Amino acid sequence: MLFKADPTFYPSPKLAAQAPAEKLAYVAALNANGGAHPDALAVVSVDAHSNYYGSIVGEVNMPNAGDELHHFGWNACSSALCPYAPHPHVERRYLIVPGLRSSRIHVLDTKPDPEKPRIVKVIEPQAVHERTGYSRPHTVHCGPDGIYLSALGSPSGDGPGGIFALDHDNFEPLGRWEVERGPQQFGYDFAWHLGYDIAVTSEWGTPNMVENGVNPDLLLAGKYGHNLHFWDLRKRRHLQSLDLGSEQQMVLELRPAHDPTKGHGFVGVVTSLKDLSSSIWLWHKTSGSSNGHFEITKVIEIPAEGADPAQLPPLLQGFKAVPPLLTDINLSVDDRFLYASCWGTGEMRQYDVSDPFHPKLVGSVHIGGIVRRTPHPARPNRPLNGGPQMVELSRDGKRVFFTNSLYAAWDKQFYPDGIRGWMVKLDVAADGGIQFDPELFVEFGDLRPHQVRLQGGDASSDFYCYP
Amino acid sequence: MSASWTWVVLALLGAYHGLNPAMGWLFALALGLQEKRRLAVIAALLPIALGHAAAIATTILALSIVQRLLPFHVLKCPVAAIILALGIFRLFRASHPRGAGMRVSGRDLGIWSFLMASAHGAGLMLIPVLWSHPMVTMHHVMSEPMTSGPMETGGAPLTAGIVLVSVLVHTAAMLGVAGILALAFFELYEKVGLKVLRHTWFNFDLLWAVALMIAAVGVLFAG
Repeated sequence: MLFKADPTFYPSPKLAAQAPAEKLAYVAALNANGGAHPDALAVVSVDAHSNYYGSIVGEVNMPNAGDELHHFGWNACSSALCPYAPHPHVERRYLIVPGLRSSRIHVLDTKPDPEKPRIVKVIEPQAVHERTGYSRPHTVHCGPDGIYLSALGSPSGDGPGGIFALDHDNFEPLGRWEVERGPQQFGYDFAWHLGYDIAVTSEWGTPNMVENGVNPDLLLAGKYGHNLHFWDLRKRRHLQSLDLGSEQQMVLELRPAHDPTKGHGFVGVVTSLKDLSSSIWLWHKTSGSSNGHFEITKVIEIPAEGADPAQLPPLLQGFKAVPPLLTDINLSVDDRFLYASCWGTGEMRQYDVSDPFHPKLVGSVHIGGIVRRTPHPARPNRPLNGGPQMVELSRDGKRVFFTNSLYAAWDKQFYPDGIRGWMVKLDVAADGGIQFDPELFVEFGDLRPHQVRLQGGDASSDFYCYP
Repeated sequence: MSASWTWVVLALLGAYHGLNPAMGWLFALALGLQEKRRLAVIAALLPIALGHAAAIATTILALSIVQRLLPFHVLKCPVAAIILALGIFRLFRASHPRGAGMRVSGRDLGIWSFLMASAHGAGLMLIPVLWSHPMVTMHHVMSEPMTSGPMETGGAPLTAGIVLVSVLVHTAAMLGVAGILALAFFELYEKVGLKVLRHTWFNFDLLWAVALMIAAVGVLFAG
């Protein structure tokens, strides 16, 4: 128990952007060799003053093999300052780390030794299944009144996917969140506009549709998710669906504006069946409407690049092109810069979204990629595979961290030679522009890194109730 | 305790409740900032004060009903125990009403404030003060089994007048402090922002729990 508010909680994004630089990054790492070896949570030193800068300083193995660690999050964050349920004296201390494949949820305590977190609780899959009716937990967010997780589907591997909560004192699963789900069936990511009492959810596919790799038949038939859903956060009821069109396949990462008075956000679409392009869409509150009406507009399109079929994996050879495969996006805490990970073409893009309707491309770097295999400046002679994937930003927006693995079954289809894990960092110029930090190139060997969480919070970990 | 001192202590407790961000001033501020209107702060403060007053009044009325049924010396220990238990509970578990949010009507705010004040035992904290009021004390003395005789069943220990004035004095102080804080933060928002909040937000839950425990002891010594 703290006597003063947790110093990592910030009432507003403006104040959070002044936060000190993080010293550690927590990285979910998948054991790609499978077998009896478990996945791990790796701890990377990102403290520029440390001798261990850019190296893995700690690693916590999970108690079981085959979890597929993927996304994870904090037990509490700035939303604990929200005025209707203020809990400023809980601590940002525990990492909630679900296994996407196993549905097992691990709780890690980072307080006694931040470099060596300890597993303090394991919620077994049966408990999640029985109490929530869901399985395959994905996104974790710390809400004003509890910990929320999204799930891809039911225990049988079919739909519907949805959201469930954990008690924020003892981390026990509390049950399904939706009172009325309307037409929503697919789950993936979720986010909030706390200032408007709105939740947003996106769509990938059911576990049966994704766990054996992307299914080309389903994909070409437009069967993966292509809707966005808006919910009344207080009444837990479905309000509105926005259909991006069935040619827009896999509507994934949601990045709402951090400023709670703004009613807009960005969502990334992996691929278009028309031309294999990826796109980013802006959802925004219809002007003049009261609570629950949103519209959506495509604001960024990233084209596929032509390629020699000999350089492509079997799945893509018929297309003679490498799709950008936009698999993650992230928005800086000041809502100014949007980052787009093109996992297929091996490019990280930076857009200025000061005017969210008219993004400007202001930065780009290449690394890895299905065809390019661009090396990192630290090892200029070594071609890299995988590509920019999960991207995370420091709260001040000056540092960008990203990793190169997507999801084991899909990694295999797009990078059949077997992804070798790495994590890199970019430095951001004040008015846009990005470049590699040659000092930070973390090699994970047989482990494949996925989501990155920064000590004290980052650009996608916290929600705010004050402008 | 003399009558005037009782009012002063009730007002001080009101100020203390007003100071606690969880009792509503922060909510009013956030709503004002969300709408970027000073009037929204003031419009939120009124239902918050009403809800608080209702919670206080409910506790005191409930107490006065129980007091009609049971003699003071029987009541004392269970009431102290309830307040103490709530204090200990609040040390370990912070609760809040479900289903609140940032898009709330005046009615929502009133209910929220009522539930927050009730869950925090805001009314219970006033019991030792009320029981120390001279008129109430006089009644206690008269209702002692040895001396009361026929007076035992007579008269309300807490008259409607005392209840009304107590609630008014307490709520006015609470609203005054909450209003000053919410409006001051609203005016200073552009210049100093909410930085102060980060560094000064003392653990009120802890302070509150301690205050409840003190109130429990106070009940034992009241009258």
